[in-house]
Amino acid sequence: MSNPQVTSNANTAASRERRLDEIRRGAERQQQFEVIGKRPMGAPFPQASPQNGYYQIPLLKEPPWTWEIPLYFFVGGAAGAAAVIGAIADFTGGDRELVRHARWIAAAGSVLSPALLISDLGRPERFLAMLRVFKPQSPMSVGVWTLVGFSTGAVAAAFAGHLRDRYGASLPLRVLENAGQAASLALGLPFSNYTGVLIGATTIPVWNRNASTLPLHFGASGLGAAVGILELMGHGKSRALRALGLGAAIFETLEGAHLESRGSAVLDPLKHGRSGWLTRAGGALAGPVSAGLRTASYFGSGKRSRSLQRWASRCSIIGSLVTRIGWIYAGHMSARDWRLPLERHDLEQA
Amino acid sequence: MSVTAFLTDSTLCIGCKACEVACKEWNGVGDDPLDWTGFSYDNTGALGASTWRHVKFVEQAPSPGVGGNAGAQASWTFSSDVCKHCEEAGCLEACPTGSIVRTEFGGVFIQPDVCNGCGYCVTACPFGVVERNPKDGRAFKCTFCYDRQKAGLTPACAKACPTESIKFGEIDDIRQQANSRLEELHRRGVEDAAIYDPGESSVRGTHAMFIVRGDPRTYNLPPAPEVPTTYMKKAWISSAIASGMLLGGTLLAFLSDGRHKNPRARRR
Repeated sequence: MSNPQVTSNANTAASRERRLDEIRRGAERQQQFEVIGKRPMGAPFPQASPQNGYYQIPLLKEPPWTWEIPLYFFVGGAAGAAAVIGAIADFTGGDRELVRHARWIAAAGSVLSPALLISDLGRPERFLAMLRVFKPQSPMSVGVWTLVGFSTGAVAAAFAGHLRDRYGASLPLRVLENAGQAASLALGLPFSNYTGVLIGATTIPVWNRNASTLPLHFGASGLGAAVGILELMGHGKSRALRALGLGAAIFETLEGAHLESRGSAVLDPLKHGRSGWLTRAGGALAGPVSAGLRTASYFGSGKRSRSLQRWASRCSIIGSLVTRIGWIYAGHMSARDWRLPLERHDLEQA
Repeated sequence: MSVTAFLTDSTLCIGCKACEVACKEWNGVGDDPLDWTGFSYDNTGALGASTWRHVKFVEQAPSPGVGGNAGAQASWTFSSDVCKHCEEAGCLEACPTGSIVRTEFGGVFIQPDVCNGCGYCVTACPFGVVERNPKDGRAFKCTFCYDRQKAGLTPACAKACPTESIKFGEIDDIRQQANSRLEELHRRGVEDAAIYDPGESSVRGTHAMFIVRGDPRTYNLPPAPEVPTTYMKKAWISSAIASGMLLGGTLLAFLSDGRHKNPRARRR
């Protein structure tokens, strides 16, 4: 900052040129160019009123998170559900290979999740700041502690299991493996769906108005993704996985139908615009499309059936990811809707 | 050491922005990017990471008597907005680091050295006050001049206000002042004057009250602000049901999948 005046002038000059280009492109595209608040000469001045609020400037701030967060929601959901599948498969004496793969997915998610969060926060030390306190009234705090416990358990289980497969069983390894697995099961359950609570308990209208279904929605979405990944890793023949995949897809279909059947201005971002496209596409892929393909795969035979199933798996995985991106995006759209916070819905209900 | 509050009286505000300047100078808050909004003379728009006091320029349709203008002119009122320092503060509840605390003066204070920039408070504020500073990622908002109050001084904005539109004092005192000012305004014919202090809502009142004219929505003051913790119970119940379904479903699926039923298989 040797000469801030000069640099700031250069910056503004460059940004002004960019702005002019932007206006030109916008005008070319739409034959007119409108900017909120800016009115052509002679047009009436913008006015504040109870109906328009303060010049229609949104009251709420948009969620400040970067692209890592929806990805974290996806990774965490899949990892949590995979840990549960792995542990239950192990307890019920399921396929060893399936258990191993499920544990690796959980462990990979356990490493990736904090990495994504740290990348959003900017510096690794900042992650540690969340471990100063445990606040039950903050879903973020509860979530971070769940993540830490889950990650430790899932990585321990996968690592100990790997050592046991490789060098044979020993008591400490068995203790470590079972303890890790128990922890990853107990914490994997909430970890797969707590992100629904995280965004449900906010002031963003489209999120908080769905607080009672978001965790269920995200939980089913995570299960669908975990099953999909395991199936693509060569466990397509597992009847348990196929049943779980179908169950998750049917649940997602019902959730989608529930959302579509509700009519409310608050839900607009889920139905219109780009965010509506995203949530609907994600919901359709993980819900009806996947459910249809999975049902068809039961009736088909041999190669055809497996191919249908593989497509269903891909749809579940992509649908789950797109669902999270769509919901975060819908939150941005909802915060931008200046009308919602000025509604008197609560007073009217009371 | 007593519990304090602001009273911002928009009927006295002249829109000079001394409060904004005083706040920036005392607290060392950075400048706002200057962009012409076209909304009256307000080119700041809203409170944010670098705007802890914000003067709203409320231009309304002409109505005789309002603002004492001629009938044909739009009426103009000003109101200096600030963090409401809620009694039940969403940001404070949401903060996962314990960075946001309640001070002995009743204000809500973000400790900048503890804040890790998770941004959850931004989504938890029903008034859209807290914002992440794009330069270092941490969240910032009005500190209620905690440093000045600790030294027994009036917050910078209230001290700099030339018309005493921003009043500061002990909270009961301020409530009394608000009521007597409202009575006076009503007596003088300003019948649409009203106090904004959402005590009936889930934020349970604020430490920054406002006297506005007409509907508070015109000033972007929400009629029913909600602290997001009210949604927690619903959401955690849903989470518990989801966890139960996942556990039950997975157990059912693997128990009924008889093909691999061989409990000895895992201990080779």
